[in-house]
Amino acid sequence: MSKPLLEIKDLHVAIDGTEILHGIDLTINAGEVHAIMGTNGSGKSTLTKAIAGHPDYTVTSGDIVYEGKSILEAEPEDRACAGIFLAFQYPVEIPGVSNMYFLRAALNAQRKARGEAEASGAEFLALIKEKAKLMDIDAGLLNRSVNEGFSGGEKKRNEILQLAVLAPTLAVLDETDSGLDIDALKTVATGVNSLRSPERSFLLVTHYQRLLNHIQPDFVHVLLDGRIAKSGGKELALELEDKGYAWLEQTV
Amino acid sequence: MSNETIQSLADQEYKHGWTSNIDADQLPPGLNESVVRAISAKKKEPEWLLEWRLKAYRHWLTMTEPTWQKPTYPKIDYQGIIYYSAPKKKKEVTSLDEVDPELLETFEKLGISLDEQKRLTGVAVDAVFDSVSVKTTFREELSKQGIIFCSFSEAVTDHPDLVRKHLGSVVPYTDNFFATLNSAVFSDGSFCYIPPGVRCPMELSTYFRINSAGTGQFERTLLIADEGAYVSYLEGCTAPQRDENQLHAAVVELVALKGGHIKYSTVQNWYPGDKDGKGGVFNFVTKRGIAHENAKVSWTQVETGSAITWKYPSCILKGDNSVGEFYSVAVTRDYQMADTGTKMIHIGKNTKSTIISKGISGGHGDQSYRGLVKIMKGASGARNYSACDSLLLGDKCGAHTFPYIESHNASAVIEHEASTSKISDEQVFFLRQRGLSEEDAVSMIVNGFCKDVLSELPMEFAVEAQKLLGLKLEGAVG
Ligand SMILES: Nc1ncnc2c1ncn2[C@@H]1O[C@H](COP(=O)(O)OP(=O)(O)O)[C@@H](O)[C@H]1O
Ligand SMILES: [Mg+2]
Repeated sequence: MSKPLLEIKDLHVAIDGTEILHGIDLTINAGEVHAIMGTNGSGKSTLTKAIAGHPDYTVTSGDIVYEGKSILEAEPEDRACAGIFLAFQYPVEIPGVSNMYFLRAALNAQRKARGEAEASGAEFLALIKEKAKLMDIDAGLLNRSVNEGFSGGEKKRNEILQLAVLAPTLAVLDETDSGLDIDALKTVATGVNSLRSPERSFLLVTHYQRLLNHIQPDFVHVLLDGRIAKSGGKELALELEDKGYAWLEQTV
Repeated sequence: MSNETIQSLADQEYKHGWTSNIDADQLPPGLNESVVRAISAKKKEPEWLLEWRLKAYRHWLTMTEPTWQKPTYPKIDYQGIIYYSAPKKKKEVTSLDEVDPELLETFEKLGISLDEQKRLTGVAVDAVFDSVSVKTTFREELSKQGIIFCSFSEAVTDHPDLVRKHLGSVVPYTDNFFATLNSAVFSDGSFCYIPPGVRCPMELSTYFRINSAGTGQFERTLLIADEGAYVSYLEGCTAPQRDENQLHAAVVELVALKGGHIKYSTVQNWYPGDKDGKGGVFNFVTKRGIAHENAKVSWTQVETGSAITWKYPSCILKGDNSVGEFYSVAVTRDYQMADTGTKMIHIGKNTKSTIISKGISGGHGDQSYRGLVKIMKGASGARNYSACDSLLLGDKCGAHTFPYIESHNASAVIEHEASTSKISDEQVFFLRQRGLSEEDAVSMIVNGFCKDVLSELPMEFAVEAQKLLGLKLEGAVG
């Protein structure tokens, strides 16, 4: 079988001294798509932030191993440059910084860290044009300040644009589908599907199974109160849709 | 201009912490009438100018140092200051070969090699080293269009009528404690005159440096845009690291005659003192412009240096339909203090002013925006728009806004907006998640915050400003 890309081992995470995740085990192999589902407040975002290395999220025990090495000590930017990408549930605005400028700086920071040649202006322009078209993002949005005044859907599509341009090895998407209408959802799904490859893995956090109609996961996990309550194939998502989360709470 | 252009060129280190060893021809420390006379004599000044200096000196004796500002500083010993110092010259300098090699090296360390400047940028540079102008370039080319760009001393000799007519016309010798002191003892500076209808074809720039230990700097700059003329002028400073405080009390006067337009840009990076606030320059400057009918005076400043920055580049909107603008970025960190802002005095009808002020504070830095918008009785239809935004990089720094509005004409429209924000951890994390280092993330957020001001700067200064902001903020967040 393919080798593990991400191994989360008995992970405990606390915020401000309160433990939120109580021992998560999860292995994602190269090329796999995993979905994490769960009610609000179950710890889904916490898991994504811990993977990305948010300084407010303290790993109190357990480990996160990426490409065979623990990344607990790695800075967020080092994790990013190693190929971990997080599409945020609530993308922030950066006033006065153009989307295009920001994205080029990010791409070149990552390339530099990996010892690759930086993208020239022309190369970058060609790349972003292609990806923007894929994500149905018009040129005006590229020149505006990062996320400033963007609609909810535009912000989410902008996250996937960044994903497409940065082409990470592990893409973690935190509720990218929330608040999207069906057309936007399809656009996002098309974008994600076009990026699927045997080397690239996805962790999709979602509240609804509807996204999973468009992006077929290999595995589905249900998070409940900071623990994985159940794992299964994509049929688990349908079962959840049918029975609701309460069904799982009873079994735990 | 775009952030991208700025960033792509901005990548150098602050390396200006050194002192050069050129023997200075200088007066002993101290101030009295004979010192004022000696300065004037050394510069072979005409009688009227000596008289003007002496009037200023005598007036200064009757004044007391102001105390209303927010920053406090140790008492300045005015008798301990050396009021005149000139680099030793072998003879009159006509080419770079004749300039003291160490002096040239000094310029090179600053990255302002005159030849390079000439060849690459097309910027005319009037370099002031200590108190005497060493070299003026491009003057011939400018003079073909009737533009005069020279040191203040040369202007006194070669264009006495222009100097006499305008000197003190915007900042009178009685104006304020530091401007009056400057009027008595000013060393040198720049002079520029653009004749009617001429658009100056290049950005004019001056680099000031403080050098000989204990030498106060009393620069005097006078720019005149005659009717319908335009000039963009750049001023940049950087100072060597040293232990004692250095007073820098410059005066800049701008005269924009009917339909004239003067754009004055500053990037200020004087030595700010060490981590504990020891040493550093006191930057107490008086800058003011007068705009006659249909004229425009624009100030853009990026203030990143000095232990204390205390200045209010101002506009007197005397003529009908005249316009005043003030765009400012001020950065304070460690123990730096800044009390800066502007005054817009609306006298003419339909006068318009815009104030955009961005204050960034980190460490124990403290800054105040102080702005006066004054609408006189006759200024019907006057308009002002002010926006003052502060960005805090930590919780030990401070930002204060003191807007003063005085309106004596009911038809005036005055808008004022102010905001204070903290740099958000989520913004920083977002950028780091995309691969930027924490410092680059902060720098990007701050440069975005300042964009409306940076975009007012001419290209080469925007680059320098961006660079300085990045350098200033290294390790300032926390
Ligand atoms: N900054 C915080 N301080 C304390 N508790 C927090 C903080 N952020 C989130 N939590 C708590 O952590 C739990 C999990 O939150 P989160 O990971 O955002 O859930 P989800 O993404 O599944 O909705 C919730 O109970 C939430 O209230
Ligand atoms: Mg969440």
